[in-house]
Amino acid sequence: MLRLDNVSTFYGKIQALHNVSLEVNKGEILTLIGANGAGKTTLMMTICGDPRAHGGHIEFDGQQIQQMNTSDIMRMGLAVVPEGRRIFSAMTVEENLFMGSFFQSRGDAEAQLDHVLELFPRLKERFNQRGGTMSGGEQQMLAIGRALMSKPRLLLLDEPSLGLAPIIIQQIFEIIEKLREEGVTIFLVEQNAHQALRIADRGYVLENGRIVMSGSGDALLNDDSVRKAYLGG
Amino acid sequence: MQRALFPALFAAGVTFLLTCLVIGVRLEQEGPNLTVVGADAETWSWIGFAVIVVFLFQLFQQPLSRLKQRLPSPDVTGLLPDHKLRARLRPWLIALVVVGLFVWPFMVSRGAVDLATLTLIYVMLGLGLNIVVGFAGLLDLGYVAFYAVGAYTYALLSEYYGLSFWVCLPIAGLLAATFGCILGFPVLRLRGDYLAIVTLGFGEIIRILLNNWTNVTGGPNGIGGIEKPSLFGLEFSRRASEGGQTFHEFFGISYNSSHKVIFLYLVAVLLVLLTIYVINRIQRMPIGRAWEALREDEIACRSLGLNPTVIKLSAFTMGASFAGFAGCFFAARQGFISPESFTFIESAIILAIVVLGGMGSQLGVILAAIAMTILPELAREFQEYRMLMFGGVMVLMMLWRPQGLLPMKRPHLELKTS
Repeated sequence: MLRLDNVSTFYGKIQALHNVSLEVNKGEILTLIGANGAGKTTLMMTICGDPRAHGGHIEFDGQQIQQMNTSDIMRMGLAVVPEGRRIFSAMTVEENLFMGSFFQSRGDAEAQLDHVLELFPRLKERFNQRGGTMSGGEQQMLAIGRALMSKPRLLLLDEPSLGLAPIIIQQIFEIIEKLREEGVTIFLVEQNAHQALRIADRGYVLENGRIVMSGSGDALLNDDSVRKAYLGG
Repeated sequence: MQRALFPALFAAGVTFLLTCLVIGVRLEQEGPNLTVVGADAETWSWIGFAVIVVFLFQLFQQPLSRLKQRLPSPDVTGLLPDHKLRARLRPWLIALVVVGLFVWPFMVSRGAVDLATLTLIYVMLGLGLNIVVGFAGLLDLGYVAFYAVGAYTYALLSEYYGLSFWVCLPIAGLLAATFGCILGFPVLRLRGDYLAIVTLGFGEIIRILLNNWTNVTGGPNGIGGIEKPSLFGLEFSRRASEGGQTFHEFFGISYNSSHKVIFLYLVAVLLVLLTIYVINRIQRMPIGRAWEALREDEIACRSLGLNPTVIKLSAFTMGASFAGFAGCFFAARQGFISPESFTFIESAIILAIVVLGGMGSQLGVILAAIAMTILPELAREFQEYRMLMFGGVMVLMMLWRPQGLLPMKRPHLELKTS
């Protein structure tokens, strides 16, 4: 569904990604783990077209997207939940959600809204509350819900567990699994390697801008070097 | 108290120094020489009084601020009737205000109507800038440039091609919008302070261009004798121009110069009502949402597939077009324009209106525009202390209500009744 082929990204002169190749298959949860500064977020942003990939190809549904504008890429059936949630804090939950379906017809938006509220009953309770007044977990749910409003086929999640309590992280991951059952393909970038690998079908390990390992979620979870480096022995 | 003693002494010393230099001594010309003249005893005693007041205020600042906290802060919004009643009263209230606006000029003096017209121009400018600064969050210090573009569009088209006000009004709006778009392109990457500086520069460029392009714009001499607007071809002058007809002849009433003033006022009211209506509509449209979203978080906007370039440009263009309308009307009302009318201080006043009103709040901006134009007029008798008082009021205002007169209350999007 999404294929990266020898992608390199630079910030000025500094190379952040070195010939990264990976593939996301339809209907799976793919996770990318790595330490701070490994280039996880950069990889995700490169897929979204900002910063642009310097070399290599990015292909989404058979279409080359590495030269397209971010705003055009984001309208192709791909949605991203950016790192740190980035909800519109002065807007209500409802308005936040409808910003997600900005380019959908009204009928589609309302149908999708029902669906999102079903997934996140919490958001229904907070429907007319301002985004900024909610707890971190609720904000994360809102961010995911907002991304889902555009009916994406592929959802990119950048550290959804950032700064959340373990019980909330648990809930978020359950929702991610539920989304897969509905047929949404998920590309999950996580620091919380343990949780991420447990629900993932496959995983990649990113180190200093290079993919150093890949395999099924279970295989990585049981791999000694991964355990040592990311799972605390 | 002891800790407050030193700052209090310091503040008193600074006050003494400053007042001494500003009021205490004066330079006076005696023949070819300048001599320093001290102030009289009364002035000195006032200075002493001021120093003591500053000293005491600084000394007792902490107990005073504690006292102030105990005072209930005025809550204007709380005085309004409750939500449901307000929704029911709203259309009636609006109708009342609109009718009042149309009836009012026939009952007051000519000067008051003239001042009201000026106020309405500032209302229009404030509402236009509110789109850029309040909704989209782009700080624009050169807004007066678009105002100038609108004014000169009408003045030049009227002078060289003899086009009428009503033809020029949309042209002025369009041209100003074009300029807004042109300015928008290079500054799209900038934010905050940098954006402010570039827009400031743009404002100055336009003014200097108008000042120096003498053979077209008349340079510092400006353009005079600009035609006044007409009512379906009826003129408001004493004698009709060639082939024209005057208002008073057509209706068979005697000539009265206040007809023209009232007519201009009514045109301004119409323009302002149109502005309010259009902006209200836009605010509820997707583009209005997008402006707000962009103000809050640009990255989130991009992640949702919104194109920040287009959104910013549209805000600039839209804001500029209203300045163009206002400028066109200003030129028609004034009959004479020169680059003098479009200095940076105008931009600053318009921005002050937006900030004072509470960024993004339309009613607030309207109230602020009224306050900003009428207060200086009312204080005219204080002469040179006028601007000082004005500044003082602004400072107090910002201390009292830092979010502005009426902070923005966003109309909530309601697509579903759940």
